[in-house]
Amino acid sequence: MNINSTIAKTYIFSNKKLTAVAVLGVLLGMSVYIFMNSLLVGFDKSSNTSVFRNTSHIRVYKDDEISKVLVNDTNENYLIINPKVVPNNNTIINPKMILETILKQKEVTVAMPQINTNVFYNNGKSQIAGISVGIKPDEANLMYNIKSFMVEGDLDLLKSNPNGILIGSGISEKMNLAINDNLNLTSSKGISRTFKVVGIFKTNNSVTDKTKSYINLSASQQLLIQGDSYITDINVNVTDPEIAEKVAKKLTQITGYKAEGWKQANETLMATNKMRKMIITFVSLTILLVAGFGIYNILNMTVSQKINDIAILKAMGFKGKDVIRIFVTQAISIGIMGVIGGVIMATILITFLKRVYLGGDIGYFPIDYEPQKFVQGIVIGLVITFFAGYMPAKKAANVDPVDILRK
Amino acid sequence: MILKTENIDKFFHDPNEFQVLKNIEFDVKKGEFLSMIGKSGSGKSTLLYILSTMDTDYSGKLFIDNQLTTGLSKDHLAEIRNEKIGFVFQFHYLLAEFSCLWNVMIPALKLGKLCEKEIEQRAYQKLEILGLKDQALKPASKLSGGQQQRVAIARALINDPLIIMGDEPTGNLDSKNTDIVFDIFQNLTQNYGQTIIAVTHDEDFAKKSDRIIEMKDGEIVKNIHSR
Repeated sequence: MNINSTIAKTYIFSNKKLTAVAVLGVLLGMSVYIFMNSLLVGFDKSSNTSVFRNTSHIRVYKDDEISKVLVNDTNENYLIINPKVVPNNNTIINPKMILETILKQKEVTVAMPQINTNVFYNNGKSQIAGISVGIKPDEANLMYNIKSFMVEGDLDLLKSNPNGILIGSGISEKMNLAINDNLNLTSSKGISRTFKVVGIFKTNNSVTDKTKSYINLSASQQLLIQGDSYITDINVNVTDPEIAEKVAKKLTQITGYKAEGWKQANETLMATNKMRKMIITFVSLTILLVAGFGIYNILNMTVSQKINDIAILKAMGFKGKDVIRIFVTQAISIGIMGVIGGVIMATILITFLKRVYLGGDIGYFPIDYEPQKFVQGIVIGLVITFFAGYMPAKKAANVDPVDILRK
Repeated sequence: MILKTENIDKFFHDPNEFQVLKNIEFDVKKGEFLSMIGKSGSGKSTLLYILSTMDTDYSGKLFIDNQLTTGLSKDHLAEIRNEKIGFVFQFHYLLAEFSCLWNVMIPALKLGKLCEKEIEQRAYQKLEILGLKDQALKPASKLSGGQQQRVAIARALINDPLIIMGDEPTGNLDSKNTDIVFDIFQNLTQNYGQTIIAVTHDEDFAKKSDRIIEMKDGEIVKNIHSR
């Protein structure tokens, strides 16, 4: 072993108490950093999961148009402009072709036409206002993972039964509906139709459960007195939700219709996420930094205590960089011990919290082992300990042996 | 010629401009046991630290082993010290956490010319010369003052340096231990041809050495070869 590391090792083990305090500081900082950041990822994942139960990554629809000036020559000063929304219906023209074009994009995994209709659910005398979503069952399952929150019945029955309906558990409770019961829907166009309940779902979001239902696309077209080419929205899912905005831009250019990513559509949620991210990042980094100060302090103390040793080592031919190596080795050793302890501690914390049940639409505590965050914590922890050690080491390296030895 | 100075001047700038060393010129031959004496403030210690290459703030020229060391980088000077100069100070400056053996070994491990086994063997050898072989594995802090100083001498010897420099090597010892240390120094010069330069204000110690340089107000006033 190199003489510098031998000296560093001896210093570390000769003052076990100080070393233990410094290691404990790093350990706590590390474990809290990893834990909080894993929690952050967990929160984001759980909020995204609940968003994607109702929302697709991208929604393609026809945006309102503003009337354009007919006269091109704007130099004339008598021109009066009064732009207004053009009265136009908001259907997508030739939806089949557009759907095919969208599906040809390599990032796109699912694309599905969807029609949302405001309806009244009637059963005897009770009436509930809600939204009925017209879907294609297979694609919808791929997109929203409907089967994962079905509590009764089967989504596939919707395919074989054009009059089938999937209702939220809230509706089923209020109207006392079970599988195979009939339910009457009245649309905003005044059309009334009777559906047969083929499934009940429960998202744990009570508003959704009390108002939402899924029906076949064709059934919702009929509720609106429209033909089968009547499509207002095309929902698109892509491989990674993070690239949704980019793909949306591309889709706007290709199709000529407005394509909106889920982040744009959920700006409040995004803002909350961002805020949470900022706070957690700030707090966890601060804690790690405080651990760094701990190491800095303790090494500063060691340098002051060992100033005679440093002077004699330099007199005997140790160079400035040897002295730096001695103290940085000490800092990094403390750092490594703290990091290992921190990783173990974080793993224990996460394992424990994973089992805590919270209820609501969150269920279990939304935390998991995030390898990326572990690596991030280890790297940042080591970088901080390096600098916390380097500064006192630099001071030690600059000690002038003559000053000390001539006392 | 092991050590030679040419026209060395040194100034202190703080708090006032003050010339501590004036035109120092002398040389040291191999195997000489040289004492530097003088009242405190005469500049003898200052001169020693210039000779040791640790103090580089002076004008003039310093040659060690016929090599000009003036103006070399700090790292280069550290290498020269490691290989060619051994130090003994008024206080032992041993590393308290290490055993005597390790304290002796450290400069040789730094030099890195031999493997650890050989260095250990040499360290035992040096400790034996100083009569401390049985104390080798004790922590340095557990020894008496005289013993600690002898360990420090063993440490100074480990790399077979050209020169041993001592700054009041007996300044902190009682008369019995002073005699022991002096005998060791004499033994080293006579039987091993070791060159020694020691700053002291112990007249008896100086009288017994081969050569005395007396300093006063930054100048060499006497340069006596007693043998």
